[in-house]
Formats: sequence, structure tokens, C-alpha cells
Amino acid sequence: MADALPEMPTFPMARATGCPFDPSPELGRRLEEAPVSRVRLWDGSTPWMVTRHADVRALLADPRVSVDVTQPGFPHTNAVSKARDAHMKTLMQMDAPEHTAQRRLLTSDFTIKRMEALRPRIQRIVDDLIDEMLAGPNPVDLVEAFALPVPSLVICELLGSPYTARDLFHRVSRTLVMDEPDPEQAMAASQELNAYLEELVDKKNAEPSDDVFSRLAVEQYRTGAMTRREIATVGQLLLVAGHDTTANMIALGTTALLAHPDQLSAVRDGGDPALVTNAAEELLRYLSITHTEARRVAREDLEIGGRLIRKGDGIIAVKSIANRDPSAFPDPETLDVRREARHHVAFGFGAHQCLGQPLARVELQVVYSTLYRRIPTLALAVPLEQLTFKENAVFYGVRELPVTW
Amino acid sequence: MKITIDQHACIGSGQCVLASPEVFDQRDADGIVVLLQDSPEPGLQEDVWEASRICPALAITLTPS
Ligand code: HEM
Ligand code: SF4
Repeated sequence: MADALPEMPTFPMARATGCPFDPSPELGRRLEEAPVSRVRLWDGSTPWMVTRHADVRALLADPRVSVDVTQPGFPHTNAVSKARDAHMKTLMQMDAPEHTAQRRLLTSDFTIKRMEALRPRIQRIVDDLIDEMLAGPNPVDLVEAFALPVPSLVICELLGSPYTARDLFHRVSRTLVMDEPDPEQAMAASQELNAYLEELVDKKNAEPSDDVFSRLAVEQYRTGAMTRREIATVGQLLLVAGHDTTANMIALGTTALLAHPDQLSAVRDGGDPALVTNAAEELLRYLSITHTEARRVAREDLEIGGRLIRKGDGIIAVKSIANRDPSAFPDPETLDVRREARHHVAFGFGAHQCLGQPLARVELQVVYSTLYRRIPTLALAVPLEQLTFKENAVFYGVRELPVTW
Repeated sequence: MKITIDQHACIGSGQCVLASPEVFDQRDADGIVVLLQDSPEPGLQEDVWEASRICPALAITLTPS
């Protein structure tokens, strides 16, 4: 009943206490009883929260909503992200037509064809890391030993950077997506990364190879269309958007499978690549790790789910609860790797839907089809209840995952 | 079934290629969608329908023919 709901809940809301994979029960109640309603943020502002799967899709595909973070009504995540947005504009903060042009500079690097061509190299990275892990201490923290190095090395491949940059990427990404990032540390990390990436542009300009930075160096830097700094910013965006997200999907996805042994054995013993592909989609849906959700501001008056949203109002599209909407996913609380889940919104929807999703998919498919097959006895080294989770981080995940085999 | 695509709206996500590789492809230069055929046989139509449903840019329109 609507009158049983608190007038204006604060956002984000505390996650479920029992199951580490479930979103806030309050979100579930809003989905049923007040699917488009206002919430209160850290700075006292009161944007709209949109929860239904159909409404989230309609909203994110609507050209009347904007990602312009300089609008006073834009719902910022916290003071640090607000400050960072003010000085770093990436395609995530651009509307069409600027966004369209910027994004098209990069889409050729993420086609399905190119990602399939990368697959053998990603398989190699994953196999080598598993070899290293098996030769090392047992038990081990899977986050440090495997989940973080996979995307660090894949980003090296993508940008055409030597693997020695792995530690730099790992460290910088960690600083930038911490629970409560320290603004000065974040700024310093971002500068160190930019310096490295600008140098890489010069190296690629002198000696191009087959990677994103070589292409940008030759097509954009050499022709004067982009500066070194602009290309470095693209590199930073790919790192920040692609590193911790993938790492969390690897570690949290493994935690979820270990907690659901029947699902794990379906993935491990099925020997069916189509089932692994499906499992990756279902884990993306079920875990919905982008905790900050998708944030927008209305550029014009618009109606969503029967509510009038005024020009200038902030809007948060809550993908995590949209991915648990029973009208889109029957029995949504159940992890079922065989279900048809491809229409989830874990990568967003509309013009800003994840640029790296074809890459993320290949990474997750390779990991989920390899890790459990190569280490069939993989098990938690501590009880599930002892694991701690990143309740307040930009991307949800498990802090440490001690495993044994 | 007749398919039309909107290459201006397309964001090159490749979702259609994953759902229905017989019907959709991407340009190498910028990842934008191209149609391999615009009137797919009945056996392919379920996949095409799925592609149009998951296209994030609402760039695929299906009309009965
Ligand atoms: C499983 C891993 C990943 C998840 C769950 C994820 C999720 C997302 C989501 C939800 C958005 C949309 C944000 C919004 O609408 O406000 C997004 C955008 C983006 N992602 Fe990912 N992502 C992942 C991996 C990656 C990877 C591997 C890369 C690149 C190497 C990447 C690059 C980007 C970029 C550049 C954008 C901005 C696109 C735009 O604004 O047009 N992501 N991602
Ligand atoms: S799914 Fe839509 S946006 Fe993505 S490539 Fe196909 S037509 Fe373009």
C-alpha cells in the first residue's frame, strides 16, 4: 500500500541483509507500489527514481533525457564524482550530436568481429593466470590472484600497452573507484595515468601496431584531429569503465556460482558454449553490479510510467531492480543460468549503453568456461557469511574471495 | 517480415549481430549496422525479433509484409 511507504527514502538504500546478491528490499517495494517516485540524495536533492524494466528502457532511450552533469538538477553520486565531472568530460557526459561523433571514433574497436579476433589472446591470458595461481599458495584470494589481473592484462592488449603497465592500471583503477575516494589521491592517480598514456600515444605514433592507441595515434593525433591529452583521456575512460566492472563480475559471479552449486555444475559440466553465454547474461542480470545506477537529467518535460517529470529534474534509472522486474524476468530472485536473460539492462540502454560490452562478454565467457573446468574442486576457503562486500562502492563486488582447491 | 534499420540512430553495439548473424553485420570502419538481407525467411524471424527487442538504440524496425 502506497501509504505504508516512507515519504521520501534516501538513495542509495541499504542492500538486503540476508543474501549478498539481492538489492535493497525497499527497491522491491517501490517497484511494486511506486515505480516512479522521488528519493533524497546525499546533497539534499530529490531526483526521480525509475524502477520498472520497461520504464528504464524507455527513459534511457529517450532523447529528451541528458547526461549533462553541469545541469543544476543532475543527480551526482557524491562530492568527489561531482568535482571530477567538472573537470573531465568523456563521452559518458556528452549528449548527441557530440556524443555520437565521439563514440563513433571508438566503435570500430569494439565490433563483434574484432572481439572474436581477441578471444584467443584473452583465453591465453586467462589460462596463464590460472597456471600461475595453481603454482602458487593454496588457499589464495581470487580477487588479487585472478579477477583483477584479467582485465588489467586485457586493457594492456586493447590499448597496445606492454604488460608491465598492469600494476599501474590496477593501482590507478583501485584509487579511482574506491568506496570513498580521497579527492587528492584520485587526482594524483589520474595524472600519473595520463602521463603514462600520453607517452604511449607518442610510442604508437612512432611505431604503430594493431590496437586502439595505434589507430587513434595514426588517424587522430597525426592528423591534428585529437591531442595527446584527448587520446589519453579516452584511455583513462576505458580503464575506469572496463577494469573494476569486469573484475567484480569475475569475483562476484564466482561467489554466486559457488553459493549455487547446481548452477555451477551446469556451467562447468555442461560442455555447452551456448549455456556459458547464457550464464554470463544471467549473472550480469542477477548481480547488476553498477551500484551508482544510470543518472540523467530531463532536458524537457516528459512522462514516464504515468508520472510527469519536469524539465531540469534529476532522474536515476535503477537498473538493478529493473533486472528483477517480474514482468520482464519470471521468478526474478532465482539465479537460473538457463533462463533467457539477454534483455537485461546491466549494460544500460539507449545511446550510452556500454561501449565495452562486446569485450566484457568475451572476457566473462572465457573466464566462466575456463576457471571452473580447469579447477573443478574450486571452493570457498571461508564460510560465505564471512565474506565482506563493497556496499558503497561505484561497482558492487566482493572485497576478498579466499578460495581453495 | 520486412526489416528497416536506422544507421543514424545505431550506436554500433553489435547486439543485433550476436542475436541474428545471418541478417545483421557491422561496418568495419565504425561498427554501424548493415543489413545482409531485409526479408528474412520464417526460420530466421525469431532471432530478428530478438535483435530488434534488444537493440539499445531502437534502430531496427520490423513491419509485416
Ligand atoms: C561486466 C563489465 C561491465 C559492465 C557491467 C558495464 C556497465 C556499463 C554501464 C551500465 C554503462 C552505462 C552507464 C550509463 O548509461 O550511464 C557503461 C558505459 C560504458 N562502458 Fe561499460 N561495463 C562493463 C565493462 C566495460 C568494458 C570492458 C569497457 C571498455 C574497455 C567499458 C567501457 C564503457 C564505456 C566507454 C562506457 C560509456 C559509453 C557511453 O557513454 O556512450 N565497459 N558500462
Ligand atoms: S543492436 Fe542496434 S545499435 Fe547495436 S549495432 Fe545493431 S542496430 Fe546498431
